[in-house]
Amino acid sequence: MATSTQPVTPQLWLRQQCRWHPLEIVFWLSTLLPFFLFPNYLSLASQIAITAMFALSLDLILGYAGVVSLGHAAFFGIGAYGAGLFSIHVWGEPFTGLLFGGLIAGIAGYITSFIVARFRHLTLIMITLGIGLMAHEIANKAHSLTGGSDGLQGVKIQPLFGVFKFDLYGYVAYSYSLAALFIAFLAVRRIVNSPFGLALRGIRENWTRMPAIGADRPAHIRKAYTIAAVLAGFAGAILTQTTQSAALESISFGRSADVLVMLVLGGAGRLYGGLIGATIFMVARDQFSGIAPQYWYFWIGVLLIVVVMFMPNGILGGLSYIYARWRRK
Amino acid sequence: MVEPLLSLKNVRAGYGDAMVLHGVSLDVRENGSVALLGRNGVGKSTLLMTIMGYTQMRGGDIVWRGQNIVRVPPHGRARAGIGWVAQEREIFPSLSVEENLTTTARPGKYDLAAAFRMFPRLQERRRNMGNQLSGGEQQMLAIARALMLNPSLLLLDEPLEGLAPVIVDELIAAIKLMNADKTSAVVLVEQHTDIALELTEDAVVLERGAVAHSGKSAALANDHATLERLVGLRVAAHA
Repeated sequence: MATSTQPVTPQLWLRQQCRWHPLEIVFWLSTLLPFFLFPNYLSLASQIAITAMFALSLDLILGYAGVVSLGHAAFFGIGAYGAGLFSIHVWGEPFTGLLFGGLIAGIAGYITSFIVARFRHLTLIMITLGIGLMAHEIANKAHSLTGGSDGLQGVKIQPLFGVFKFDLYGYVAYSYSLAALFIAFLAVRRIVNSPFGLALRGIRENWTRMPAIGADRPAHIRKAYTIAAVLAGFAGAILTQTTQSAALESISFGRSADVLVMLVLGGAGRLYGGLIGATIFMVARDQFSGIAPQYWYFWIGVLLIVVVMFMPNGILGGLSYIYARWRRK
Repeated sequence: MVEPLLSLKNVRAGYGDAMVLHGVSLDVRENGSVALLGRNGVGKSTLLMTIMGYTQMRGGDIVWRGQNIVRVPPHGRARAGIGWVAQEREIFPSLSVEENLTTTARPGKYDLAAAFRMFPRLQERRRNMGNQLSGGEQQMLAIARALMLNPSLLLLDEPLEGLAPVIVDELIAAIKLMNADKTSAVVLVEQHTDIALELTEDAVVLERGAVAHSGKSAALANDHATLERLVGLRVAAHA
């Protein structure tokens, strides 16, 4: 009889999930390597950290709650423009600008979440696409506020803590974005390993059953969507602050599509999928565009098709499958 | 007259533009059992989903313990004590049998031990994942999971559909046990009319989205003319 083993309570199970795996510690230590190994690539590393944070925010709604979004750049862009405008019209202190960017992205996320929580499948994809396109056109049209297609001019960010200036080499930029990514990661890790995170997974696996066991599905989705919007807003704000400008590209459909591709490449619903996917995508873009600047998306297309054909759960899903088989031997 | 547990009053409901229920009224007593019969497509499953809140209401009232719950969302109805076992079973594929049961549990008479007493086969399979079960085992799990909510009303949507005769017998025994426990009322939708009538006290027959007959199950079981007219040849062949 199996009764001798201790029954797994939800609390115990969640605590087990919260434990840090040695590989995770290795991963985070390796994020410090660019400082020593690639000091000329710190700007790229900073971009990667920002994009990884953006992908992490999408993972929360797509990988966990199963909410597919083709318009997530709306919140990234709102955060980017928000932080930029804050530095121009209020002051250039980075942390308050960051909070402001996240706050207004969160407000936009909360408002739109009421529509998003009611639909799924193709309808949901079209609705999020529509939200993204609308946000892009608003930013494009409001020339006096955003600079339209010229981008936002005159962003001036003060040094971090009043000491560390954002330099050309990107030491401060990478430190800042990496620290933000790590904090965001800790927050998302905590969220997905909570009862609320389990409810999100339940919604993804079993949309109709969750209300029938007493879970307020729309409220859960609204909450997750708003949190994801705040995180995307933070990522956008950091991009503006570290590059001292905000471009229309930050709120474009292309950015929404890219982040979805990164998450699918890396593996949705596993926290690190977005981080790995963003790294691969950004490094590939950097390398391929060096060879043929116009055609680098060709290779991303190839990579995407190969990965989804042979590793349906993304690169990370494929690796963990191989790792599990190797351990069983 | 005692107030019914659940009372539908001239309920009209459907999906989008398609109306399925055209004015259904019925009562379910505390600890009562009702068989919901009728041909394919008359709205039996839709009626259960309407009680649960998954369809669009176009008119009428649903009264639960004296309160109108038409505007209460599905999760609120679940918390109020309505348990629903869908035709699709909806097992969580990534959870084990035991986890499927315990994640949904609410305090009450039915706990893990009681569920395993009712379905010993689930105890053998307790470590299996939801997607590693046979159809019959999934059905047992779906019913056991609904019981773990300790509902005051259990809606069963064709629990015997497509199952092997041995499993059907096992499930019938479990439903009888459940009825004998007298802790929950049951509304049973079932194509096997003879079994449904044997398991319940009252019977309601739907036709084209409306109640065509309502009475005692035992009386209806002997009323072959009505059964043949409203439910079809299936019963006549049995009788």
